[in-house]
Amino acid sequence: MKLLAPFLLIALLLAAWEAACRLLAMPVYLLPAPSAIGAALAEGWPLLLASAWNTLSTALVGLALASVLACGLALLVSLNPTVEDAVRPVAVTLQVTPLVAIGPLMTIWAGIEHPQRAVVALAAVAAFFPIFSGALTGLKAVDPDLARLFDLYGARRAQRLWRLRLPSAVPALLEGCKVAAGLAVVGAVVAEFVAGSGGNQGLAWRILEASNRLQTARVFAALAVLAVLGVALHGLLSLTERRVLAWWRGR
Amino acid sequence: MIASLNKVEVDYPGRGRALGPVDLALAPGEIVALVGPSGCGKSTALRLLAGLEPPTRGTVTRAAGRGETSVVFQAPTLAPWLSAAANVALPLELAGTPKAQARAQAIDALAKVGLKGAETARPAQLSGGMAMRAALARALVTRPRLLLLDEPFAALDEITRRALADDVLTLAAELAPAVVFVTHNVEEAVYMARRVVVLSAGPGRIAGEAAVEGPVVRPPGFRASAAFRETAERVSRLLAGKVTA
Repeated sequence: MKLLAPFLLIALLLAAWEAACRLLAMPVYLLPAPSAIGAALAEGWPLLLASAWNTLSTALVGLALASVLACGLALLVSLNPTVEDAVRPVAVTLQVTPLVAIGPLMTIWAGIEHPQRAVVALAAVAAFFPIFSGALTGLKAVDPDLARLFDLYGARRAQRLWRLRLPSAVPALLEGCKVAAGLAVVGAVVAEFVAGSGGNQGLAWRILEASNRLQTARVFAALAVLAVLGVALHGLLSLTERRVLAWWRGR
Repeated sequence: MIASLNKVEVDYPGRGRALGPVDLALAPGEIVALVGPSGCGKSTALRLLAGLEPPTRGTVTRAAGRGETSVVFQAPTLAPWLSAAANVALPLELAGTPKAQARAQAIDALAKVGLKGAETARPAQLSGGMAMRAALARALVTRPRLLLLDEPFAALDEITRRALADDVLTLAAELAPAVVFVTHNVEEAVYMARRVVVLSAGPGRIAGEAAVEGPVVRPPGFRASAAFRETAERVSRLLAGKVTA
């Protein structure tokens, strides 16, 4: 029942939507009925699937890029408290700058002929901060008594890093990656909108294209695919997080 | 002397004086209990003896070197990502003992604290008592000359606590380190130690001492003996401040 309940709600909402559209004779360009969206999905699925793959792969490349950069920087910063004090406010300032506002800059830097690069870069920017912040928090989330034992045993700097701080960072880092994956998709979609060219035919491009032609049912179809993509990605990362944490804890 | 505190005082910024002035000297192989109310600075005294913290004033002398001092905290403080054996082997490996040898010694140490068969278990799979035994094995694997125990049984139930107390005393009798046992439990202090040092709170100072007779490994029924009851009573009165040393 617990698993079924959300599907029941969705079915109920769709039925109400369908009924309202028919009863009110809603124009299809304003609010298409679910049946029309279903038809758009059935008709356009090969293209939508290819676009979904474009968006997903862009987000994943951005995520990978962000992981490497964020972990590397977090590690460097964590080695020196003064550097950390210097970097943290700067990082927060960059983080609260709206992603959309950075978009045009990225398209300029990537060059008009490489919109793909701008999209990947923006996905990476979106994913960077949760990972950076998770890794940094994790690197500092060392049990203070365990750290005292390392002092007592005369652990060297490298030993302390490899055998205490890096393994201690794993749970917070995983949490950061989970949040980052969702944001990477957001970043990829936003970037496609901003780049505004068909250079990277992702789901955002499908939405732009359909809305320009007032094919509202297609807009909804692309949105539905985007939602499913988000849920699937979140589910996949939650599962990965649970698995890795279970391995970390030995259970 | 294996370690001593000489007129030490510890101030914490913003919280004022935590400890002192305190004088305390430990003979090799001696078992001392530090008993006192919460906030009397007994854990601070332990960290000073471990060399984990410097005193604000006064001096700390330590004959036991870094590799010869072990600490067990109130929580087992095991690394969750390491097996029991790997946790116990850690101090040896950090000191440069080859991995295979450290591992073998760790397995021996685990067997000594009654954890034979739990070598590959992770801390999350151990009960509170077992995790504390693993922490004890990690403290003893280096064969320390100074063993510092900071309320190690506080989180355990009464039965586990008594069983562990006897095991600690048996191991102490065998390896003969100097032991400092910090607790707020009078009976536990009298049971564990040959010398009970009573600290008063705010700031922590030595309120008095009581010697406890009997062998290191307590005979059955020791808790019911007249000597035990009388010493416990005397320590309680020192704690309440009714007797001055």
